[in-house]
Amino acid sequence: MRYERPQTATQAAQLLANEPGLARILAGGTDVLVQMKAGMVTPDLVVDIKKIAQIGNIQSEEGGYRIGAAVSGAQLGEHAGVCAQWPGVVEAAQLIGSTQVQGRATMVGNLCNGSPAADSVPALVAANAVARITGPNGTRDCPVADIPAGPGRTTLTKGELITSVFLPARPQGAADAYLRFTPRTEMDIAVASAAVSLTLDAQGRCCEARVVLGAVAPRVVLVAEAAAALIGTHLEPPALDAMVAACRAACAPIDDKRGTVAFRTQVAGVLAKRAAVIAQTRAGAKS
Amino acid sequence: MAFDQNSKRIFKVVGSRPPRPDGVEKVTGRALYGADMTAPGMLSGAILRSPHAHARIVSIDTSAAEALQGVKAVVTSADFGVPDDEFLRDVQDNCMARGKVLYHGHALGAVAATSAAVAKQALALIVVDYEILPHVTDVDAAMRPDAPVVQEGRSLENVGPGLSQNVTSYCEFGHGDLDAGFDQADLIISRSFKTAATHQGYIEPHACLASLSADGRGDLWCCTQGQFFVRTLCAGILGIEASQLRVTASEIGGGFGGKTTVFIEPVALTLARKSGRPVKIVMSREEVFKATGPTVSSSMDIKIGMTREGRITAAQAQLRYQGGAFPCGTVEMGAQAAFAAYDLAAVQTQGWNVLTNRPKEAAYRAPGAPMAIYAVESVVDELCQQLALDPLAVRLMNAAQKGTLSSYGPTFDDIGLRATLEAAQAHPHYSAPLRPNQGRGLSCGFWFNFGGNTCVSLNINTDGTVGITEGNPDIGGSRASISLMAAEELGIPYDKVRTIVADTSSLGYNDVTDGSRVTFSVGLATIEAARSAIKVMCGRAARIWGIEEDAVIWEDGCAKPAGPNAGAFPPMSLAEIAAVSANTGGPIAGHFEVNADGAGVSFGVHLADVEVDPETGATKVLRYTVFQDAGKAVHPDYVEGQMQGGAVQGIGWALNEEYIYGADGRLQNAGFLDYRTPVASDLPNIDTVILEIPNPGHPYGVRGVGETPIVPPLAALSNAVSRAIGVRLNELPMSPPKVLGAIMQRG
Ligand SMILES: Cc1cc2nc3c(=O)[nH]c(=O)nc-3n(C[C@H](O)[C@H](O)[C@H](O)COP(=O)(O)OP(=O)(O)OC[C@H]3O[C@@H](n4cnc5c(N)ncnc54)[C@H](O)[C@@H]3O)c2cc1C
Repeated sequence: MRYERPQTATQAAQLLANEPGLARILAGGTDVLVQMKAGMVTPDLVVDIKKIAQIGNIQSEEGGYRIGAAVSGAQLGEHAGVCAQWPGVVEAAQLIGSTQVQGRATMVGNLCNGSPAADSVPALVAANAVARITGPNGTRDCPVADIPAGPGRTTLTKGELITSVFLPARPQGAADAYLRFTPRTEMDIAVASAAVSLTLDAQGRCCEARVVLGAVAPRVVLVAEAAAALIGTHLEPPALDAMVAACRAACAPIDDKRGTVAFRTQVAGVLAKRAAVIAQTRAGAKS
Repeated sequence: MAFDQNSKRIFKVVGSRPPRPDGVEKVTGRALYGADMTAPGMLSGAILRSPHAHARIVSIDTSAAEALQGVKAVVTSADFGVPDDEFLRDVQDNCMARGKVLYHGHALGAVAATSAAVAKQALALIVVDYEILPHVTDVDAAMRPDAPVVQEGRSLENVGPGLSQNVTSYCEFGHGDLDAGFDQADLIISRSFKTAATHQGYIEPHACLASLSADGRGDLWCCTQGQFFVRTLCAGILGIEASQLRVTASEIGGGFGGKTTVFIEPVALTLARKSGRPVKIVMSREEVFKATGPTVSSSMDIKIGMTREGRITAAQAQLRYQGGAFPCGTVEMGAQAAFAAYDLAAVQTQGWNVLTNRPKEAAYRAPGAPMAIYAVESVVDELCQQLALDPLAVRLMNAAQKGTLSSYGPTFDDIGLRATLEAAQAHPHYSAPLRPNQGRGLSCGFWFNFGGNTCVSLNINTDGTVGITEGNPDIGGSRASISLMAAEELGIPYDKVRTIVADTSSLGYNDVTDGSRVTFSVGLATIEAARSAIKVMCGRAARIWGIEEDAVIWEDGCAKPAGPNAGAFPPMSLAEIAAVSANTGGPIAGHFEVNADGAGVSFGVHLADVEVDPETGATKVLRYTVFQDAGKAVHPDYVEGQMQGGAVQGIGWALNEEYIYGADGRLQNAGFLDYRTPVASDLPNIDTVILEIPNPGHPYGVRGVGETPIVPPLAALSNAVSRAIGVRLNELPMSPPKVLGAIMQRG
C-alpha cells in the first residue's frame, strides 16, 4: 500500500488517475480507516488530501461560503458566519459521530462515502450546495444532489476529487433545519432523516422551499411535491399535512435490521414536518 | 459464618469510600489486560469461523495454509482429543467444532503464525467443504417436532413427548392448589411474552497468551472471571495435570458472567503445543458477538389471578429458553426466580431448555431471572391497572418476607423486600407528577446470590502493612472491599492493606467470580483470615509480656492485656508486633478456606419514568431510581456502581439491544453500531438508595449486590412505556418500530 500527500489538487488527481489498483482518498479517515481496519477495503494507494492548499479553509464568496473538502465538523461549528446562514447544514454535519469523530470527519467524506444515511447530505442538497471537482482533465462544478449514485457509489469518475463545497448566499428570512431519527441519541446511524430549507417573504409566507429526505431510498431524495405544498403557505396544518403526505409518497426504503419500510416512511414524514417548523421559526427570527 | 451478633458494631473503615486502588493504573494505561501480555518468540493466533448457521464439515484441507511462509501451526478438531466427560466435551466442541458447525461464527480451525497478517492470510487458505443443513434460531420453532435437530441424543427423559429433540431438559417448581387459587380470583390475566438474546457487552474482548513447553508445563495468561475454572477446563481438554498448568488472570475489562468459561484458551494452548512457541489470541468485537455467549432468548406464558383487593391467589409461568447450540440449565434459574418476590399459596413454574443454531449462551448477570421476572411483573402491573390498584401497595400486600415459603422451595430468612418497597413508596420519585405521553413503571427484582469455594491468605509484613492474596478477578471493586474488611478487622488504616489476585499455583481452588459471591465469600474468608492472624499476634504479645495467650485481647489495632489482672503492659500495635516477629516465632499470617454458605438472597425495586414520542415511538428515560438491599455496603461507591450498571444494562435490554438473525441463520448485527447498547447521552442519572438489612450469614451482614440490579429494569421500562402509550407491550426490545406500531394500532 502506498501513502501519498500531494500539495495540489491537480497532483492528487493525477495520482488517483494513474493508480491501476484500488485508490482511496483520505480526508478525516473516519470512514475509510474504519473500513480498512475491518478488512472491507484494502487500497493499493491512499491519497491524503489534507496538505492541499486552501482545502482546510472556509472562505466567503459572493455572499455565500466555500467550505474546503478537509474542513471538519468541529471547524464548521466554530464558524459564526456559516452557523448564522446555514444552521441546518451545520447541525447535520455536527450530528456525525462524537466529539472525537467531529475533530476529523468532513462533509465531503460523508458525501463521497456514499451512504444513503449520511447525515450532512440531505442538508447540503436542501441548501442547493455545489461541489467543485478537480480531475485529470481540469475543474468542474456539480450540484451535490448529483454526486450520490447509490449505496457506496458516486458519480465522480476515476481521478476526480472534490476540493470544496459552495453554500450560496441567501436572503433575509431564510433558514434551514435538519433532523434524523436514531434509536440512540449518539453513535448511531439515521433510520430516516429530513432537511428543509425555506425562505419566508415579508408577510411570513413561504416563497421558496427545498425538502430533502435521507435513508429512505438508495439515494438522497429531493421531494419537489413536498416543497410545493409549503410554498405560498404559512405552514398551516393542512399545508404541513400535504407536505408530510408528499414526503411519505416519495419514500422507497428497505426493511432491514435498522428499521422497517413502514417505520421509515412514517417517521420520514414526521421529521420533515418538524424540520419545516424549525426552519420556519429560524427564518422568522431572522426577518 | 454467622452475623456477628454483638454487632451494634460501629464500623470505622467499612462503609467509607476510599479512591479505587486500580484507578490510577487504569486511567494511565498501565493496567495489563488480556491483550497486553507478550512473550519472546510469541506467535499470533487466528480462528477460522463458520459462515453457515448449520452444516456438516465434509472435509477441511489445511495444506495450503500450512505451506504459507510464517505459519507455524494449524489445528482443527483432529488435534484435540475427545473428552469422556460430556460437559467438557461440549466446552471443547464449542471452542473447536467437531463434525458439524452449529452456528454462524462457530470455530472450526485455527492458525498460529509469525504475524497477525500472515495468520489472517493463512485462514483464507484453509479449504472447507460444507454440506449445508437446515437451521433453526427461534425458540418456539426449535421446539416443534419437525424442527431441524441441532444435536442428536441430548434430550433428557423428563422432557415430555411431542417435542423436538432440541428440547434438552424440563423443570418444574411450586406448591399449592392452582385450580383452587384461580377460583378465588376476581381477575385472571394470561399473557405471552418474548425477549431477545442480549450480550454482556463487556468493553474488553477475550484475549489470552498460552505457552506449553516440551516438558508439558504450561502457562496461560487470560482475561477471565475465574482462573481456577479455566485451569480445570483447559487441563481437562489438553489432558494435562492441574499442577502443570498455571493460569494467571489479567486485569479485566468487564465480564458480567460472559467470562466464566473458555472460548480461545484451549485453542491457544493447542497451537502452542503444536508449534512449540507461545501463542496469543485476541478476539475482535465481531468474534465476541458471534462466538461468545449472549444470554438466552425466551418465549413465556404467564397466568396470574388476583382478588379485587389486590391479593394474588394463584400464579403460573411456562418458560421456554433457547441457549444456543449446547445444552444449558438457565431456565431452571428463571423458573425458580420468577415468583420469588411473592408470598403465594398456589404457584407453579415450568421450564424448557432448548437448542438452536446460535452461539452457546453464557451467564449474564442473574442468568435466567430478568426475562422471567419481566413477564411476571408485566402481568402483575396489568392486573393493577385493570383493577385500578396502586402497583406498589399491591406488591407490599403480596411481598415475601421472613418465614415465607418461597415459590422455589426454601423458606426465607431475613430478607429486605418489604423495607425496599417501603423505601420506594416513601421516595419523592414515586409521587412526582407525570405529564402527557409519560409513564411510570415499577418492578421488583431478585437474585439468589452464591457463596462457594474460597481461599484467602493474609500476610502481616514486618513493616506493619498487610498483603492479602485472593483468587477472584476483581470485576466490581472487590480488591477495595476486601482491603476495607481486613483493615476493619485488624484495626489499621485502609491504605496499609493491599489485596492482589493470585494465579492458580498460589492458592487453593476458588470458584469463579460469579453469583455475586466475591464481596460476600472472599470478604468472609478475609475477616476469618484476619482473625486467625490476630490470634497469632496476640500470642506473640503474650510471649513478649510473659503472660498467658488468652490474657491478651485485640482492640483498635493493638494487642492489650485483657484486664488489670493480666498485667500492666502498654498496648503493642500491629506494626510493633510485626517488627519483632523474627524474634518471636517467625512470619505472621492468617489463612482461611471455606465452601461458603449463607449468601443471603437479594431483592431490589426499580422505579422508571419514561416519555414516549407518540409520532416516532422513541422512548426517553426521564428518571430512574434503584432501591436495593445490600446487607452492608462495604464500599458504597461500588455498590452504587453495581446498581447503576445493572440498571443501564437492563435499560438497554428493554429498549434496543437484540441479536438479529436473517432468514439464512446469520447474525446481522455483530458490532456496537447495530447492537445498540445505550450510550451515556441516552440515560438520566441513575439514582440509588441503598438499604442495609444484615445478611444473617456474614459477620458484617454483607449480601452480594452485583446481579439483582439487572433484573427489574425490563419490566420497569415495559410497564412505564405501556402506561405512557396506553397499550400493553409483551415483547423486548421495545425498539421504536415496535412501539410506534403499537401506538398506530391503538389508533
Ligand atoms: C464512531 C463513528 C460515528 C459515526 N457517526 C456518523 C453519523 O452519525 N452520521 C454519519 O453520517 N456518519 C457517521 N460516521 C461516518 C463518517 O464519520 C462520516 O461519513 C464522515 O463524514 C466521513 O468523513 P471523513 O472525512 O472522515 O471521510 P474519509 O473516511 O476520509 O473518506 C470517506 C470516503 O470519501 C472519499 N473521499 C473523502 N474525501 C473525498 C474528496 N475530497 N473527494 C472525493 N472523495 C473523497 C474517500 O475516498 C472515502 O471513500 C461515523 C463514523 C464513526 C467512526
